Amino acid sequence: MLRTTLGACLGALLLLASPTHAEDKLKVGFVYVGPVADYGYSFQHDLSRRALAEALPDKVETTYLENVPESDSERAIEKLARSGMGLIFTTSFGFMEPTLKVARKFPKVKFEHATGYKRAANVSTYSARFYEGRYVCGKIAATLTKTGTIGYIASFPIPEVVSGINAFMLGAQSVNPNVKLKIVWVNTWFDPGKEAEAAKALLAQGADILAQHTDSAAPLQEAEKQGKLAFGQSSDQYRFAPKAQLTAVVDDWSGYVIRETKAVLDGSWQSHDTWGGIKDGMVVLAPFTNMPADVKAMAEDTVKAIAAGKVNPFAGPVTKQDGSVAVKAGEIAPDPMILGMNWYVKGIDDTLPQ
Amino acid sequence: MSLDMIQMVLVTVLTAATPLIIAALGELVVERAGVLNLGVEGMMVCGAALGFAAAVETNSTLLGALAGAGAGMGLAAVFGLLTVGLAANQVASGLALTILGLGLSGLVGAGYVGQKREPAPHLYVPGLSDLPGIGRLFFGQDAFVYAGLGLAAGIAWFLWRTRAGLILRAVGDDHAATHALGLPVRGVRFFAVLFGGACAGLAGSYLSLAYTPFWAPAMTAGRGWIALALVVFASWRPGRVVAGATLFGGATVLQLHAQAASIGLPGQLLSALPYVATILALVLLSLGRRRGGSLAPAALGRDFTPHR
Amino acid sequence: MRLDLVPRARRSPLAEALSPVLAFVTAVLIGGVAVSLLGVSPGAAFAVYFVTPLSELWSLQEIAVKAAPLALIATGLAFCYRANLWNIGAEGQFVVGGLAGGWVAVATQGSAGSTAWILPAMLLAGTLAGIAYAMIPALLRVQLDVSEILTSLMLVYVAELLLDYMARGPLRDPAAFNFPQSVAFDAAARLPYLMEGETLHAGVLLALAATVIATLVLGRSLFGFATRVVGESPRAARFAGFSEVRLTLAAFAISGGAAGLAGVAEVAGRIGQLQPTISPGYGFTAIIVAFLGRLSPLGILAAALVIAITTIGGEAAQIDLRLPLDLTRAFQGLLLCLVLGADVLTRFRIRLVSGAAR
Repeated sequence: MLRTTLGACLGALLLLASPTHAEDKLKVGFVYVGPVADYGYSFQHDLSRRALAEALPDKVETTYLENVPESDSERAIEKLARSGMGLIFTTSFGFMEPTLKVARKFPKVKFEHATGYKRAANVSTYSARFYEGRYVCGKIAATLTKTGTIGYIASFPIPEVVSGINAFMLGAQSVNPNVKLKIVWVNTWFDPGKEAEAAKALLAQGADILAQHTDSAAPLQEAEKQGKLAFGQSSDQYRFAPKAQLTAVVDDWSGYVIRETKAVLDGSWQSHDTWGGIKDGMVVLAPFTNMPADVKAMAEDTVKAIAAGKVNPFAGPVTKQDGSVAVKAGEIAPDPMILGMNWYVKGIDDTLPQ
Repeated sequence: MSLDMIQMVLVTVLTAATPLIIAALGELVVERAGVLNLGVEGMMVCGAALGFAAAVETNSTLLGALAGAGAGMGLAAVFGLLTVGLAANQVASGLALTILGLGLSGLVGAGYVGQKREPAPHLYVPGLSDLPGIGRLFFGQDAFVYAGLGLAAGIAWFLWRTRAGLILRAVGDDHAATHALGLPVRGVRFFAVLFGGACAGLAGSYLSLAYTPFWAPAMTAGRGWIALALVVFASWRPGRVVAGATLFGGATVLQLHAQAASIGLPGQLLSALPYVATILALVLLSLGRRRGGSLAPAALGRDFTPHR
Repeated sequence: MRLDLVPRARRSPLAEALSPVLAFVTAVLIGGVAVSLLGVSPGAAFAVYFVTPLSELWSLQEIAVKAAPLALIATGLAFCYRANLWNIGAEGQFVVGGLAGGWVAVATQGSAGSTAWILPAMLLAGTLAGIAYAMIPALLRVQLDVSEILTSLMLVYVAELLLDYMARGPLRDPAAFNFPQSVAFDAAARLPYLMEGETLHAGVLLALAATVIATLVLGRSLFGFATRVVGESPRAARFAGFSEVRLTLAAFAISGGAAGLAGVAEVAGRIGQLQPTISPGYGFTAIIVAFLGRLSPLGILAAALVIAITTIGGEAAQIDLRLPLDLTRAFQGLLLCLVLGADVLTRFRIRLVSGAAR
């Protein structure tokens, strides 16, 4: 998955040796679905852009377009391609078809599409195994809950979110098989008010720990107000709730973005699919806080075990909600199953819209 | 459900309704004066941004709220200048104001992303606030909630019990006649517009100072539009604004509770509930009403120039 | 001192031509100051914002593609607004139009035999869905006197959630790993491209046709006249024997149909599949476009182009000059405010009078 080859290193050295002019710089463009200031998903992507600009200041020039609606993204992507970009990161699933269409028109430009599944000769895809982090969260939550009920604020029923819920529940069940998970779908990625209302509803119904798959820090703050605990999302949101955040599943795209840019610079770039997790540094857990030392140690051990491949959230046996077997004992869920997950594991009461 | 659980639900409903109540009451006064300002969302989001920025800088929630109201008022002044002063089209100007407000709020808020403040303090009356079942609901809210309810009562009193209120309503119903009587039509309208802007800004600052105490771009998420609809729902009556906002907020909160209790319906269907419930409630209300004669201020949305 | 507006006997053609120019120049001057405060040369900003988009064939096509749905929806809305009917739910009518048309495309995916009927069927389905959806606020208004402002707005959110449900549920592409989107439509279900480069599609022609038809109907027909009379003086309309009910339904049908058609044209033209959201707010922006164009079809066309140019120029400014999106948004809002304010010059002469304001 990590494609640092000797050739690439040599190429980079050669480039370092030759003097570069401003016009020789590789222009790298980023397309974000949300505002850079969301302090969540788009913010994390922009951190990787800034990291890239810092890592290769003499060789790249970066630019971005924010708040690009998915249905109106083709023009934005094509505009970047026409503006002389050599590499373009399109960072939301809904940009998939427009990215492919523009890529057909600009065969020399390289494209990197996040969280999609269609590739082309000049289109790579990449995503992160967010669910690995959520498994760790599930274990922490089940250990710390006093009411035995955990609240989960979800955005939209897509496989990424569903696999996250399942991994969280499997992690929780590995500690306490009787733990209950209450799920609320808010049908938005970002609406602080509605996320806070969902948090209040879950806390009122007996949840004492909140997890979320929406972008704002509102649920964390709500937990803090009521003296309860919660997990951050996308970014380390500790500053919003220093007394409530247990940890956060942080997306760290910097390593990948820098690696791919270097590959374009040295000519070794090839279309491929990357699905990185904790091991690759793409999924990072924010510092464990607001928990006793033994729970922290357990969480850290789990992270290490996942990185070492000793623990896999979807290792069998995994039973579906309806009682059928999804993954047999001794086996591990294949990637396509996780990528397309549209069923709950046993123990979740919610009904998934089909 | 226990008594405390019911109270928790009611508290959530009331706080969810508060930004809608404050913004809608402001717009109600504007529309009663015969002006339709569709820019509530823009004024609200500016109030949220500037309110938060000022509160961070001065470390005072009160000054933040005032700055938020001031931001809404500033944008409203632009709107008033265009529509009342220059007789520009009200609908288009209001929408332009929304775009302007979204842009300005982003510029103002850019430096405050990722910062947080303590939420606005809640009232605490020893003894009363701890009463089981009702203590938190009646004696444990923050100042915005009480301000919203007080505003409803105050505006009702103003519109139907004072001479100034009578003039304002007259201006909204027949500007030509009030002008002929020598009343300052444009002045009244301009002040009404400013008041509406202050309310929208205050409602926005409630979001960034009390409800979810941080700034995030476009954090109003369409609440300004709902406030506009609630004015219509309320037939331009302050008491009904409170009822409508509570109905809307209640439907929002109840559908979240229904989901948490796993009743097994698609999330989209439940999310649509507040909108559908509002339409149905309005239909039922109008079934019980005598037909004929619109309830809207007669001159609503029509521009006025003294020489006509 | 006070400002007095003295009505002009007739609209002055000179003022009518000059007022947008004056507004534009003022906006550019204010924008120039703001930009130079951010350390960007105003001249460069102007070139990137306004000159480049208008000097490249590709961006000209993009402007047309962006303006088309705005013009189509706003032209339909003009009928409502002329009749003083406040349909602010065109966004919802757009969405159900796209959904219905997209549904036809998904249902006929890969069908054998002649496929020439599919695209017309989609356009028809989208238009009819838009009309049907607009009938809800229209009928509630004429039957029960329920305000169309509230119902049409609330139904926007309902339509968005319905599309969200359909695109994630029943109409989802079964081969797409449960990702939230329909299949990519067959070529037979796509509006043809008019030029090389797969940008300019036939939806633009629909918008132009709507402009021509609306100009004729509003200017030359009894119906167009009746719409205006009902809007300006319902009493006079009753005396003249125009049925308010029939006109209300007709105006809503026209605007709903136009929005629905724009929705299906967007889905069949630009997007090529159903997604959980298909509109970046076209239905709301079209309301400004309608009034900016003074509710006349040609004016609407011009206003739609202005909005499209500023949007595309804003993107260029983000890329080339790193100007934040919020600045270009604020500039867009400022420009619109100034254009609306300057419009006063076409209708009034402005006079400064000494004495107290009244």
